[in-house]
Amino acid sequence: MAEAMRVPDDRNAALIANLRAGHPGLTDEAIIAVLRAFLPQVQAGHADAAPSFISAIEDLAETIASTKAEIAALSMDDITGEHIPNASDELDAIVEHTAVATDQILSVCEALDSIAGKLDGEAQSGLQDATTRIYEACSFQDITGQRITKVVGALKAIESKVAHIVYAFGYTREAPPPPPPPGNVLLNGPQLPANAMDQADIDKLLSGMD
Amino acid sequence: MAIDKSMNVLIVDDYKTMLRIIRNLLKQIDFNNVDEATDGGEAIAKLRAGNFGLVISDWNMQPVSGLQLLQEVRADARLKNLPFIMVTAESKTENVIAAKQAGVSNYIVKPFNAETLRDKIEKVLGHG
Repeated sequence: MAEAMRVPDDRNAALIANLRAGHPGLTDEAIIAVLRAFLPQVQAGHADAAPSFISAIEDLAETIASTKAEIAALSMDDITGEHIPNASDELDAIVEHTAVATDQILSVCEALDSIAGKLDGEAQSGLQDATTRIYEACSFQDITGQRITKVVGALKAIESKVAHIVYAFGYTREAPPPPPPPGNVLLNGPQLPANAMDQADIDKLLSGMD
Repeated sequence: MAIDKSMNVLIVDDYKTMLRIIRNLLKQIDFNNVDEATDGGEAIAKLRAGNFGLVISDWNMQPVSGLQLLQEVRADARLKNLPFIMVTAESKTENVIAAKQAGVSNYIVKPFNAETLRDKIEKVLGHG
């Protein structure tokens, strides 16, 4: 990739060589990225370009060095072996607990429906109306379950990204598994209220397609 | 003409809780012949083997989704006119458009209330 970069003259080639010598952590890609940004000014002979160019290279070198230090300090075993699996387990436990609780609520609600069937008039309709509201409310378990599944997916994606960064910087020889293929674009799960269409929006959209 | 509430209704959802909720809400409006499936594959097998008058299906299921089920239903000569209501948390425009293009009869976004369910059933069965 470095060969593809055209150095305008020997002086700039020497400058790059000096940068490499002074900042061994600099990758070819990093040098090329900065050169691409500043080369037009250097080529145009702007007197103030060289200092800002060198300063930018130095900033970049510091950023890369600190990033490498932070990555070196990361304990991938903790992240992939403990933190993310623990977080996933906790989320699974939430789904399980809410499922058990919802199941119990529905059982009580069905018993109340049975009692409503033996009543009449206002007592019957009042009790049945109450159980209807409870059934409606219990659908939270489905929605929260789908949201938690999305969060678990996000955690796994973060785990995969971190593993690839660590591998790219050479802190592990073991190549991480390839990231999972992108999901079905039509399986987005529940949207946040601000982004979601409500029933009235959907009805309007459907009627416009008739 | 009144709705025939003795018809067989198939509800499809991978969450047992939702199946139970929809079954109970249907019971409250006098639909008592309700069968269940937990994904599109099981549902299409039941539909082909049975005699159903209405399908109420979730979208997000594995391995066969509600949209795939809808497409299979519409491609089946015997089932192609079967009323099909999608009940789903998928509320993006592209989802609604895809479902409509696949031939959905109506679309309910979760969470929903009993009144919406009743209203959509009446509409797809020709009484709305």
